[in-house]
Amino acid sequence: MSIAVRTRTLAPFYHAHEREAEKVVRLRNFTRQYGANIILDGLDLDLYAGEFVSLLGRSGSGKTTLLRTLAGIDESKGQDVRVPGSRAVVFQDARLMPWKRVWRNVAVGLKGDKVRERSRLALHEVCLGNRLDAWPLTLSGGEAQRVSLARALVREPQLLLMDEPFAALDALTRPKMHDLVLALWRAHKPAVMLVTHDVDEAIALSDRILVLDKGRIVAEERINTERGKHRLELVYELRKQLLGYLDHDVIAEPNPFPCGEIAHQSTSAEEFAGVDSQ
Amino acid sequence: MSKQMQQVRDCGTTLIRARWMSPILLLAIWELGARTGLIPEHVLAAPSAVLGTLWQMVITGELPRNLLVSLQRVVIGLSIGFGVGTVLGLVAGLSRQGELSFDPLMQINGKIPVFALTPLFIAWFGIGEFPKVALIAFSTVFPVYLNLYGGIRAVDVRLIEAARSFGLNRVEIIWHVILPGALPSLLIGLRYSLSVAVLVLVIAEQINASAGLGYLVNNARDFMRTDIIVVCLMIYAVLGLAGDALVRLLEFRLLAWRPSMVQP
Repeated sequence: MSIAVRTRTLAPFYHAHEREAEKVVRLRNFTRQYGANIILDGLDLDLYAGEFVSLLGRSGSGKTTLLRTLAGIDESKGQDVRVPGSRAVVFQDARLMPWKRVWRNVAVGLKGDKVRERSRLALHEVCLGNRLDAWPLTLSGGEAQRVSLARALVREPQLLLMDEPFAALDALTRPKMHDLVLALWRAHKPAVMLVTHDVDEAIALSDRILVLDKGRIVAEERINTERGKHRLELVYELRKQLLGYLDHDVIAEPNPFPCGEIAHQSTSAEEFAGVDSQ
Repeated sequence: MSKQMQQVRDCGTTLIRARWMSPILLLAIWELGARTGLIPEHVLAAPSAVLGTLWQMVITGELPRNLLVSLQRVVIGLSIGFGVGTVLGLVAGLSRQGELSFDPLMQINGKIPVFALTPLFIAWFGIGEFPKVALIAFSTVFPVYLNLYGGIRAVDVRLIEAARSFGLNRVEIIWHVILPGALPSLLIGLRYSLSVAVLVLVIAEQINASAGLGYLVNNARDFMRTDIIVVCLMIYAVLGLAGDALVRLLEFRLLAWRPSMVQP
């Protein structure tokens, strides 16, 4: 059996279809820094219409900064950035406005007529057709996140950005959300960029995985295997490799005190007892 | 122990634990003291006498007439104060320049004891209706301003970001996110300014009033009518409670989304 994984590390990236017109996102030599702190460092990024890309990275790797740039939350004047006009974000915390009923949260900022009807359909798609008039604070975490998904999809975005949208959900809800997101993606075909630090999640969902580290894309992997149960089994090697990118310094030099030795260490049980009794 | 005794004892415990027990007890002692002559009438009229006076004052129209005058002062003064406080709170909360321009003035306003202003207001505006209303207006600006300004600045930045990511412009963000987010604070400001308004009403009506609750109190003092004074105290308390109830009602209507009010 051939494992349909093609791995390519570091630039130059190769795309089977280098068609300029299909690019919905194009970043060239993108840099962002706060003071002397360089968050993103000469980044090149292409996202194609309808593809599902995951951006893997540890905390502080710059992945949220990149997402904010693509979302237009942070300005990027004077840089070579191309993003589509219609884009939507699903945040880790659902960020619903508690003072608007569920359907009004979905409808916020929508122009044109039949706003309620469009919101209702979007909510129906995420199986919340019966909670239109609920207050957001009465929703469970999973429901709130589904409202957030509906709010993004009702805009028919060309680019759907998701910032660790499943991180706060419990282990039973998460796979259901994965299935839902895939179904919605297949139905609407936006380009998706999913920011996550969960390797398994990235493998289960994506066409392509980018690994971001210290403000640079250090690896790009493409997965052509069918999505589903067998995918994780087939891509065992890939999984190991991706984990390697994320854990490199832990593996390189195992150090019990990565932040330096603790200055004051109580070693004896008596000392602990003495501290406690005081 | 017999069942009856147990029941009597339970009943006693319930009575002692009841919240209304201590005020009732106080009233009873007060009434008893007045009836036995322990408390002379020029010191404090008996509760029963106070109730009688209240009834008389209502029937003759004396109380409704004067209450209306006082209410009018509160409503006009508070409306002006609330309006000015809201506008300044919005300006200072929504723009840096507005904050720089108005916040120092507002902080000075907040620090001046309004009672100390009374002589100045009399010197400026005389002893008519105007200084009374102006005092109430002046003192109710600050609580509204401060709470609204603070409420606007405390609105969750993440919600504003989300709104911006969905393409809302500045005006839409103010309307959909910032103002509803600051509304709970504004209502707290309103509640504060309501109690301040009643407080300042008392002070303002000491200024040579010819009508109003304060006028009744001043007159009663001259004639040692403690019963009328107590009636007016009750009315002041009722005014405070009514104001609170009003804001609660507003909160119930406007903040229906809050967890404490939401039925899951």
